[in-house]
Amino acid sequence: MTLSADEAARFAVVLEDHQEALVTFWTDRVAATLRGRLSHAELQRQNAELRRGFQQALAGSAQDLSGEAATELRAQLAELSATRARQGFSTTETAVSIFSLKDAVLAALDTQGQVDAATLRDYIAFSSFVDEAALFTFDSYVRVREELIADQAEQLLELSTPVVKLWEGVVAVPLVGTLDSARAQVVMERLLQTLVDTGSPYAIIDITGVPAVDTQVAQHILKTVVAARLMGADCIISGIRPQIAQTIVALGIEFGDIATKSSLADALRYVLTQTGKKAR
Amino acid sequence: MERVPVLKIGDILLVSIQIDMEDQVALQLQEDLAERIVATGCHGVIIDISALDIVDSFVGRTLATIAAISRVLDAETVVVGMRPAVAITLVELGLSLPGIRTALNVELGMDLLAREREDNGDDDEETNGLEGAETPAVPAP
Repeated sequence: MTLSADEAARFAVVLEDHQEALVTFWTDRVAATLRGRLSHAELQRQNAELRRGFQQALAGSAQDLSGEAATELRAQLAELSATRARQGFSTTETAVSIFSLKDAVLAALDTQGQVDAATLRDYIAFSSFVDEAALFTFDSYVRVREELIADQAEQLLELSTPVVKLWEGVVAVPLVGTLDSARAQVVMERLLQTLVDTGSPYAIIDITGVPAVDTQVAQHILKTVVAARLMGADCIISGIRPQIAQTIVALGIEFGDIATKSSLADALRYVLTQTGKKAR
Repeated sequence: MERVPVLKIGDILLVSIQIDMEDQVALQLQEDLAERIVATGCHGVIIDISALDIVDSFVGRTLATIAAISRVLDAETVVVGMRPAVAITLVELGLSLPGIRTALNVELGMDLLAREREDNGDDDEETNGLEGAETPAVPAP
């Protein structure tokens, strides 16, 4: 249901005439749901601006929210939901901020004495416009939250794949957490780059922190080892826990001639004896 | 046609590939190297591919052939400086370059050759798993 041009114009007038009472009523309503997490003055300012947005959109005879006249209002709503999402308000609290406008408008209409049927019809049309605005807010809220989550996932990826130098010519990758394709790729690239940068002929991949090894994880590790070999470095896999060893055998995963050790210490000792043998 | 220079340093022939490895260039290098190994009597070949962005299956096979040829002429070949991106691509393609020894850089490659020469002849001990697979130039006995 869209607003007709007449209805829009009539509501623009209502919003203009009752602006003081409207904003106060609206702000009280929103303040009650947010329970003091935003200051009253701040809310008052936001609502006053939003009222102006609504008023201008309607004065420009916007039939619905997607029209040209509502461009500024859309920007305001998106801005509001983005801030609310970042400040950690829930979706309900954000949507109610817009829905309360309906209550405020109804109260404003009521003060004129009795409400006749024509006004009520107008009000229903206007109320669907507000609903649309609230849904739009909801959408932008979800979008901003998803962006936040994606950013955090990326940061976590950066944090969780360090490559450390253990000894002269020996680097280690302590893997912590589940290995999926994206992480395995990051680990592989970073390990290989470190091998080139440091000129280390040995790398130890420690899987103590990997909760489960399935065929896919094993495949990722094997690929890394083969790539390192192609570049002229040797990889040792360490930190294989008893249950993991059982799974590996049960799944029939073959590590071939890749050296596997139960602890990082064993792996380091093995590498040092290897280099000692070669340096004689 | 462009040619890849072959430099003699002591007992080692050093080949640094700085141009795109087209098929003709690869074949020419294979011929040049065989001649130079015989002419100089060197016992080691280092092929530096750190400037190569792309190693396709043909170049990979040529490298394996060069390694096999030089082994016949009593020279050990080491491929050095493969870039991480190249290594990842080769693994994704399933090409593991059998029969080729590798090192991270020229220095480590020279170390590897020096150790080989010290061990002098007892190749069996040094044979790693990769060499178990046959290279194209040497038919299985």
